[in-house]
Amino acid sequence: MLEILGKTSIDFMGKRRWAFLFSGIMVLLGIVALIQIGRGAANLGIDFSGGTAVQLKFDQPIRIDEARKVLEANGLGNAELQEFGQENKLLVRLKASTTIEEKIADRVVAVFTKEFSTNHFVVDSSTEIGPTIGSKLQEDALIAIVISFAGIILYVAARFELRFGIAAALATFHDVLAVLGAFYLLDKEITLLVVTALLTLAGYSMTDTVVVFDRIRENLRMRRRETEETIINNAVNQVLSRTIVTSLTVVLVLIPLTLAGGEVLHDFSLALLVGVIFGTYSSIFVASPLLLLWPGASGRMLKGS
Amino acid sequence: MKKVGGRFLLLALVVVLSVFFFIPSYQPFYQGLPAWLKQVMPNKGITLGLDLQGGIHLVMEVDEDRAVEIAVDRSVVSLQDVLLDKKIPVESVARTGPTQITIQFQNGELKAQIQKMIDDYPIFSETESAGSANRLVWDLREAEGKRIKDSAINQALETIRNRIDQFGVAEPIVLRQGLKQIVVQLPGVKEPKRARDLIKETALLEFKMLDEDNQAKFDLPARIPKDKEADVLKQVEGKLPEGDQILFERGVDKDTGREYRIPYLVKKRVMLTGDVLSDAKVSIGQFNDPYVSITFDAKGGREFDRITGDNIKKRMAVVLDNTIYSAPVIQDRITGGRAQITGTFSMQEANDLAIVLRAGALPAPLKIIQDLTVGPSLGKDSIEKGVTATLFAGALVVIFMIVYYRLSGVIADFALALNLLCLIGALSALNATLTLPGIAGIVLTIGMGVDSNVLIFERIREELRSGKGVRLAVDGGYDKALLTIVDSHVTTLITGVALFLFGTGPIKGFAVTLCLGIGINLFTALIGTKVIFDLLNQRHKVGQLSI
Repeated sequence: MLEILGKTSIDFMGKRRWAFLFSGIMVLLGIVALIQIGRGAANLGIDFSGGTAVQLKFDQPIRIDEARKVLEANGLGNAELQEFGQENKLLVRLKASTTIEEKIADRVVAVFTKEFSTNHFVVDSSTEIGPTIGSKLQEDALIAIVISFAGIILYVAARFELRFGIAAALATFHDVLAVLGAFYLLDKEITLLVVTALLTLAGYSMTDTVVVFDRIRENLRMRRRETEETIINNAVNQVLSRTIVTSLTVVLVLIPLTLAGGEVLHDFSLALLVGVIFGTYSSIFVASPLLLLWPGASGRMLKGS
Repeated sequence: MKKVGGRFLLLALVVVLSVFFFIPSYQPFYQGLPAWLKQVMPNKGITLGLDLQGGIHLVMEVDEDRAVEIAVDRSVVSLQDVLLDKKIPVESVARTGPTQITIQFQNGELKAQIQKMIDDYPIFSETESAGSANRLVWDLREAEGKRIKDSAINQALETIRNRIDQFGVAEPIVLRQGLKQIVVQLPGVKEPKRARDLIKETALLEFKMLDEDNQAKFDLPARIPKDKEADVLKQVEGKLPEGDQILFERGVDKDTGREYRIPYLVKKRVMLTGDVLSDAKVSIGQFNDPYVSITFDAKGGREFDRITGDNIKKRMAVVLDNTIYSAPVIQDRITGGRAQITGTFSMQEANDLAIVLRAGALPAPLKIIQDLTVGPSLGKDSIEKGVTATLFAGALVVIFMIVYYRLSGVIADFALALNLLCLIGALSALNATLTLPGIAGIVLTIGMGVDSNVLIFERIREELRSGKGVRLAVDGGYDKALLTIVDSHVTTLITGVALFLFGTGPIKGFAVTLCLGIGINLFTALIGTKVIFDLLNQRHKVGQLSI
């Protein structure tokens, strides 16, 4: 029988102060990111902010600084440019409050046709989103987040005790905020797809936590001699290998998706990848110790019958 | 141990059904099937999303307020005509607000007479009539305003559908979204700009008379460059005779290829509109220049006959969306209900003009508020990358499971294959749209799919460690892991449903694959693999389990 980990007895609960410190920092970062999004200062994708994105595929390599100069000369100086590696692809993004009537995408294409007449290109995709749609999407995303969180908390609270539900929800919030914080640090664009990844992650991270909680609940029912801290610690140790293996299988599929899935899926997969790692960490180091924070739980002997 | 037979049959049935539904999604194979089989088979499978096959996705808003204004404007014109016919002298009839018509007259004795005419315009009600002896104000009834707005959207939908049908796009989607939005999806369109223009054009065709008597009074330039219209309008501002306006004819210089404009003084009164057309088609003139020949319906033909008869030797402007296409002199009365729209256009422009004229005018201008265009090359690229990533991911997981769980890993991999097959079958059966995030959803299903088996296997290992026999360990492992698996699936399902309800386009595609994947996964993990274990146990009394 091949095992990644044999029988372990690591004192996870004892390290909870360090874990809480680290998680606290990540959550804080996530909250900063949230506030920046609220203020409109974060790197929001055009699907939320409204604007134009045009992706061009050139025959020959294109210098990004030249492209920028050309756009500036034609009154499109506020464009953000991004290259995609070896494929001679260039993404031009303009966040704009101007109306879509102006057809900025056509202007961008015209500028490149005129200025780079020797370097032929095709328009891979063009996206124009009016500001009304952007705010509608923001609203929808927010509703989706609230509904799925409420749904998950209710379900876990119904299946377990209330404190399990709350601990699981807090751990999930932690994961989502941590990824959001990481994306903010990396100055990655928050697009609709990234939000989708965050929601999927919320569901998955909860899955991970539920596996651990299931065992904790089972052990709490059986053993009555030990302190709750010991019971929880043992339960985490018992399910440690499956927690790691299940995450590993998901990480295994996310790595090719991140590396080879193409530019559209890259950030989406990256958010999931980072999230799954945080999710696994949080089931062990955040969700389980949180159970101990419940008033009177730590060190308490469970009432015998 | 429970009987295996029933569950095995169920499993086989699911596999057969999945393949059955999947086949139409793979066209090369489906097309090769004999005709009788095709009759029995479903004829539609998975559709590729716009992000995978290229195309455009437009969300438009009808300018409802403008639709109301246009409706009121029409009443103004019609009222002017009636007053003229009845020889009632009024000073002016004009729209003085979004929904308001004001009628001014010198002779106060006319008031009662004009007041009565509102009976012919039941969509209006009279307001503040007591205020002045020389003035009447009509206001559009609120319910009518609402009706006009509502029908404007329906009419716009209908018109866009007609135009797209004639443009020729496979499987277009045109639907109303919310109160005033229209969503148009054109998969695989090669000329996105042309399609967009065709949809957006208001295409209001009007016949108006030039005001030749007054044209000489204004020193209008003969020909101006495109974009310089505003200068001319400024020059004549405030000086135009009552009921006149400046419109521009568009033209292209044959030598330089530059577009130019010719200003004309035109009477605002609309003689005839495109409503009365019954057909429009492209013809080729004697100099090989395309023009659009139009045919009026019976009523329109009579009207056109009368109008041309009344205005021989005068010039009439053919106006489309406030641009003059041509302004010929009427040489003779035109009977037979046919006319031509000439101008300087290319074959394609003439073609598109004929399409919009046949399909009818939009009730009001459209505003595009979202426009996603994906070129066909990106779509192909995305599919290739998606498939590569999926294969890689699949291979990694399959190998990992075999290395880590040996024979049991093979069983889990079998479940994984079953999982994928069912997922694709289910997507086909639902005629779901596969998007790029949808592919990501499938990949994620691979990763999460084996998770259930990991949970079960780890439980079985625990049971084995505690000294139980193989059969008991397997049954115990499944029983104890069951609740954990259900719990973990439900939480993911909740997010999936939330995404489905509030997501749009590609996100919805992701949510669909995720939700289906989870459901199917529950089935394959709990029934699929268990059947195999039980079969193994039944055939050979297994003393040791390779796990």
